[in-house]
Amino acid sequence: MSSPSHGANTPRTYPSRPQAVYFYGTCLVDMFVPEAGMDAITLLEREGIRVIFPDNQTCCGQPAFTSGFPDEARRVVEAQLDLFPGNHPIVVPSGSCAGMIRWHWEKVCAGDPALKARAEAISARTYELAEFLLHVLGFNRKDEGPATTVTLHTSCSARREMGTHLVGRELLARLGNVTLAHHDHESECCGFGGTFSLKHPDVSTAMVSDKVASLKATGASQLVTADCGCMLNITQRAAREDQDAGRACASLPGEHLATFLLRRTGGSPCGDQK
Amino acid sequence: MSARERILAKLRKAQPELPQHLPSLDAHYAPRVRGESRQERLARFRTGIEGFHADVHISTAGNWPQVLATLCAEKNIQTLMYGAATPAAAQLEATAFGGTTLRPWAGQFEDLKADLFHRVDAGFTLARGAIAETGSLILWPSGDEPRTLSLIPPIHFVLLDAATVHPTFYDALVNENWAAGLPTNALLISGPSKTADIQQTLAYGAHGPKELIVIVINVEGGTV
Amino acid sequence: MSSPAQQSAGKPVAFVSAQALRARMHDAVNDPHLRQSFRGAMDFLMAKRAAQFPDQGELDSLRSLSESIRQYSLSKLPDLLEQLEANLTRNGVQVHWAETPEEANAIMLGIAQRHAARLIVKGKSMVSEEIEFNHAMEAAGVGALESDMGEYIVQLAGEKPSHIIMPAIHQTKQQIAKLFAEHIPGVDYTDNVDALIQIGRRVLREKFEVADIGLSGVNFAVAETGTLCLVENEGNGRMCTTVPKVHIAITGIEKVVEKLEHVAPLFSILTRSATGQAVSTYFNMISGPRRGEDKDGPEEVHLVLLDNGRSQAYADEQLRKTLQCIRCGACMNHCPVYTRIGGHAYGTTYPGPIGKIISPHMMGLEQTHLLPTASSLCGACGEVCPVKIPIPELLIRLRGEANSAPHANPAMVGQGAAYDPKISLLWKLWARLYARPATYRAFTWLATRFRALTPTQQSGWTAARTPLKPASRRLRDMVKDRR
Repeated sequence: MSSPSHGANTPRTYPSRPQAVYFYGTCLVDMFVPEAGMDAITLLEREGIRVIFPDNQTCCGQPAFTSGFPDEARRVVEAQLDLFPGNHPIVVPSGSCAGMIRWHWEKVCAGDPALKARAEAISARTYELAEFLLHVLGFNRKDEGPATTVTLHTSCSARREMGTHLVGRELLARLGNVTLAHHDHESECCGFGGTFSLKHPDVSTAMVSDKVASLKATGASQLVTADCGCMLNITQRAAREDQDAGRACASLPGEHLATFLLRRTGGSPCGDQK
Repeated sequence: MSARERILAKLRKAQPELPQHLPSLDAHYAPRVRGESRQERLARFRTGIEGFHADVHISTAGNWPQVLATLCAEKNIQTLMYGAATPAAAQLEATAFGGTTLRPWAGQFEDLKADLFHRVDAGFTLARGAIAETGSLILWPSGDEPRTLSLIPPIHFVLLDAATVHPTFYDALVNENWAAGLPTNALLISGPSKTADIQQTLAYGAHGPKELIVIVINVEGGTV
Repeated sequence: MSSPAQQSAGKPVAFVSAQALRARMHDAVNDPHLRQSFRGAMDFLMAKRAAQFPDQGELDSLRSLSESIRQYSLSKLPDLLEQLEANLTRNGVQVHWAETPEEANAIMLGIAQRHAARLIVKGKSMVSEEIEFNHAMEAAGVGALESDMGEYIVQLAGEKPSHIIMPAIHQTKQQIAKLFAEHIPGVDYTDNVDALIQIGRRVLREKFEVADIGLSGVNFAVAETGTLCLVENEGNGRMCTTVPKVHIAITGIEKVVEKLEHVAPLFSILTRSATGQAVSTYFNMISGPRRGEDKDGPEEVHLVLLDNGRSQAYADEQLRKTLQCIRCGACMNHCPVYTRIGGHAYGTTYPGPIGKIISPHMMGLEQTHLLPTASSLCGACGEVCPVKIPIPELLIRLRGEANSAPHANPAMVGQGAAYDPKISLLWKLWARLYARPATYRAFTWLATRFRALTPTQQSGWTAARTPLKPASRRLRDMVKDRR
């Protein structure tokens, strides 16, 4: 099996609606954007799905894997393989972590056939949240929010590894009062790239500044994205620009697609309750 | 050990035991051999090569020398060089060319080099065929029609028989079994020479011909 | 063991040390003129390519076919090289083999000296850039003149190409106008592109006429027929391979294909991916020197087959995929990093994503280990690669080769070049933390409860962003509370 990032545009076949799913929150969401994870769980439960949150979950191993430390990645991946004993689908609120599980777990486990087989079995039933909502649950709830214009950033992993770049658009298109404003160079990376943003701040900054400018140029009231890595990169760059310019309110607020969908369709995002 | 032996030894040591399967090209090209008429195929060729800034004139087996003579007069061509021993040469020589001097290629390149660079205004060659998909001419230069005739003079006239237009490059080289014997030099030509090396701005007449003019012998005489 | 590039260091326009990559990248992203011109050029090239592939099904089929032709050819590489050599020899072409740039230059200098050559005119050849051919010839008193318009401009400016297909993409017409007026006798300043090209044409035609040797690269070498195929638009490639008495072609050993029919799809996907052209103006298939009834063409044709690290890549199943490359440049046209820093910042002959995965084999990881890290792994390169080279995967592999502790029988020269025991220890600790749920929970509990103590200086992150701060409660806390 090879990742579609280099062109295997094989459309995925989706299972029928399950009774239960495992929710793999990702380390970034767990510690930095928990409300996105909580809202995703609420969305799934509202659709009548039992959500199982394995308490021993930590991280998909991506940081070590992409930094060129495959042994360290394998150690962490190995610790995740026992989390999903039942045959339920695994839902991940992040394209890059879903891509890691779907395509790269088997690679980091390649040295051990038994481990690899277990990784593959998990990869096959791992779905990014947005594709799960659209293709498995047929998410189609009435938009109860006021008219608004938003802009959407799709992560490179969602776009090129998960092949789900049209999913976010489709979900937003189902919201009657939401207009989606497309930005220029929409398919271009926001410049996060995990350790890339730490190791090459000059280029990463150039990329994220361009992305912020493109998103703002749409005039949209906010950013929606299904990846918290990109979201933090983009919104905290925008916040820094606001800070430097002495602007008091955020010129480019952003939130996870799950939070946005929940609020628009009559739910109460957990962040709003504070 | 020589460099050759060392390189080959390294590659052999690493070579996969089983080579991959020979890829099948037919599966890709089969749907591209359209069931189109000769006129439709010629039209596709014409659209393609005109898109590359070539001029195309449709003529007939009897009339093409006259078309060429007229074009030479219009372009004020003083000297037109051509291959002496082709079937077309006799037809050319039997045609009145007004102010244009017809000069057959005679001798080796070295004898003609200065003239080709400085005194010959246009070269005339036959095309072996053409490719509809991309708007390309196929030339197989030979002793009769040397390579530089289509390269050095600023204008290149080409005579193409509409019956020799292939749907794709793949069809041309497979159907004619080129692999069984290629000439010293075989060419695809798609328009006059060009470059976009300065600020992506397209400019024609880079190092080769500035103009490419195709005269098509279309026996059916249909309009294209 | 020192790599070939290290041996040839110190030349006027030789490879720039990769250690200086950060500084060059910094300068490039802060040059608004460079940023604007590369963004514009890349947008143009991306749009041109997209227009060539309106039919996704045809593109998918052609990419798969092209990938399998390249992989098939590589799987038989030593056999095909011998077959190519035998058929070229039968056709009257003299075949030479070179393991290093020095060997390749010595072979070609030998040919030049045998013919008492004073001037070599060059068609576009990235391999000749790779081996610093011009410098080697000039050092020996033989002139080497670039005749591709872009290469000619770059040579006049004393630079190296900033793009493998469009060498002078970083120069504006005003800069070129100035360059011509300064360097070409009798030329007045004009920034009219047509006029500039006609000046280049006039100057270079004089050189084609008198040059002793023509040099070219090779796009595809066909084993079954002994044929060298060249793709070009300007006609200078034909000039170099037709007019001088001697033609020398130089190519990497990976460029061979078995059958003539294999070039049809590769040629098609090459021009469409590279410049968004359905076809190039010329496709030049050369199967030998002037012979029999021929009245023109070179009397001698030579082919130099260069290894320069390619056999090292070949030895590893995964790294071998780098040799599938047909040098279209689409990966750089679509690369957000290349778009922002341009070609020169890389400091290598081949810039962009493909440069990051082939340069380490040519130059060793000692000089190049930072290159594979300068990528966000966005995957745009892999997505457009016409032969499906999994560039992001290979970048990760090279990061691993550079980071791992030096060991016996490494897959490449310079393995372990970026090894840092402290960094390795950090990742080991990270793995321990994240592989043990209880420890992880304790860590994240502390990080969220004591979030006020989060450092506000966070390496590269806070160079341009507000600091990251853990939430007050973790997702798992929220989940627990709700149940």
